[in-house]
Amino acid sequence: MAAPDILPPKGVRPPIIGPGQTFGTITDRIAGIVLTKHTPIFWVMIVAIAAALFGMLQTAVGYLLVKGTGIWGITIPIGWGFAIVNFVWWIGIGHAGTLISAILLLFKQTWRTSINRFAEAMTIFAVMQAGLFPLIHTGRPWLAAYWLFPIPNTMGVWPQFRSPLIWDVFAVSTYFTASFLFWGIGLIPDFATLRDSAKTLVVRRIYGMLAMGWRGSAKHWNRYETAYMLLAGLCTPLVLSVHSVVSLDFAVSVVPGWHTTFFPPYFVAGAIYSGFAMVLMLAIPFRYLYGMQDFITLRHLQNCGKLMLATGQIVAYSYGMEMFIGWYSQDKYELAMVNNRLHGPYSFYYYMLILCNILIPQSLWFNSVRSSPWKLFLVSVVVNTGMWLERFVIVVMSLQRDFIPSSWGMYWFTKWDMMIFIGTMGFFTLLFFIFIRLMPAISIFEMRTLSPQAKVKE
Amino acid sequence: MTAGAIYGLMAEFETPTELVEAAKGAYAAGYRKMDTYTPYPLEEAAEAIGAHHNRVSLVVLVGAMLGMIGGYSLEYWVSAVAYPINVGGKPFHSWPAFIPVTFECAILGACLAAVFGMLALNGLPQPYHPVFNSPNFVRASRDRFFLCIESQDPRFSPSDTRKLLESYKPEEITEVPY
Repeated sequence: MAAPDILPPKGVRPPIIGPGQTFGTITDRIAGIVLTKHTPIFWVMIVAIAAALFGMLQTAVGYLLVKGTGIWGITIPIGWGFAIVNFVWWIGIGHAGTLISAILLLFKQTWRTSINRFAEAMTIFAVMQAGLFPLIHTGRPWLAAYWLFPIPNTMGVWPQFRSPLIWDVFAVSTYFTASFLFWGIGLIPDFATLRDSAKTLVVRRIYGMLAMGWRGSAKHWNRYETAYMLLAGLCTPLVLSVHSVVSLDFAVSVVPGWHTTFFPPYFVAGAIYSGFAMVLMLAIPFRYLYGMQDFITLRHLQNCGKLMLATGQIVAYSYGMEMFIGWYSQDKYELAMVNNRLHGPYSFYYYMLILCNILIPQSLWFNSVRSSPWKLFLVSVVVNTGMWLERFVIVVMSLQRDFIPSSWGMYWFTKWDMMIFIGTMGFFTLLFFIFIRLMPAISIFEMRTLSPQAKVKE
Repeated sequence: MTAGAIYGLMAEFETPTELVEAAKGAYAAGYRKMDTYTPYPLEEAAEAIGAHHNRVSLVVLVGAMLGMIGGYSLEYWVSAVAYPINVGGKPFHSWPAFIPVTFECAILGACLAAVFGMLALNGLPQPYHPVFNSPNFVRASRDRFFLCIESQDPRFSPSDTRKLLESYKPEEITEVPY
């Protein structure tokens, strides 16, 4: 375990890499997590718990496939329940990874280097959880292939390309593919490092195949860098488009509370907000458990905290705007929606949402909170809870009371809803810890560029 | 050993500065068939051996165009030809609604082209390459910088090339067998 965090004197920002790191030490420390024969006991414990939750997910999904979506709490009028809430929540979490890898790369924010790899992995695993929900909420996922994708079939039916739901299929699957490619291209040089540092033949062969014969040639690096920058440039509009398209699932409808034009930026800000909260929820235990304080320094945590604060303010503005537009429209259904949020049967969730997403995160204005890993961790948990509540409020409260009082209803989740939701958290954790054990969780080759010896002296 | 039997001469350097200096020197001496091997991308090294232009961007552009045209054509064909359905009186060819999917398909095509185009132009996956025969080459993915002048170069001669490399004081010079 590395030295505990020492806060530098006032006015000095902590470094982005610990002092005294050379090419060799960077390589050994990061590759050491993967190449050691010793699997840490906490890893076994976390994976065991996560695998148990994954088992629960499989059970619940198995029962769902046998019985149908009737085992969930969804009814008419609330036909979109946990499945959509969880889908939007997970896909939002998946946004920080690409933001860190792509947008921060284009802005030359070198501090992103130590967190981009596992943030990308987080994105991929979160999008996998998100993708599960639209698939199983059809009730018959084996038929969903031709419902979701344009696949020729004997009935001659095709998807409806004027519907945001089909845009969503394309946006999310493109996002998954692009994130996977971005992650994969970053891993190639690191697989070469693992191949060359491996001690046994089997390990060398496996990483050798994954490295595809990478040898660090200047001609290769040149093309590699071009491809990497272009991917970053392509992923930047992509990441902004994905949650915008998700928000259009709501905004294109005429349901009160959904039918607003500001949903796309509001959703994107919320996605980045929850994504950074999840990055911190993973980075803080990771650096502590593996003693990575020299690579993921206080500077990284502070910067993530600042980004959370900034996006949190946009989210707070959006909540205010939501209320204002409801009032400004003077549309009686929109006004009823505002009233329902403040005084309706689910108003407790709305006030909890304000507490979690607006009030508690204001503590991030204080340097003492941003510089304390455990305080940041707590704020991140609160923010992710709040972001889940936000989606619950948006999905359930609008559907619950629309235009005709005779069609109003209530929604309560069942144990199967909860088992699937908790189960996806287990699945996510399982994938993440398997990733940490088998692949370098910090980009080794990019970390080398941060070392003082990396520069060519004129 | 004759010149034809080896792949080239490999010089190992401890710092990027020494490597770039040697690479520039070799380029100035007229060598063209050579390459540097570094543990992280080193722009100066690519410039020194005259390899700072590539065609990845062109491949990506083609990928984006194919994705864009493919996506839009699919939507047009499905919505206006194969399965025309009147939705709220909108025209069958309602192009504004087709933009999001066209955009996503363009990005998808471009991303696939970027990664697979880069790999293809680099000739990867490549299971065997002579440079791996160099005994210390494992450190090219760790902390050392290598310059290899290949025997295919018309100016290559085992003794003169070695002399040139020696003048840049590398840690070691090795012959790379095929």
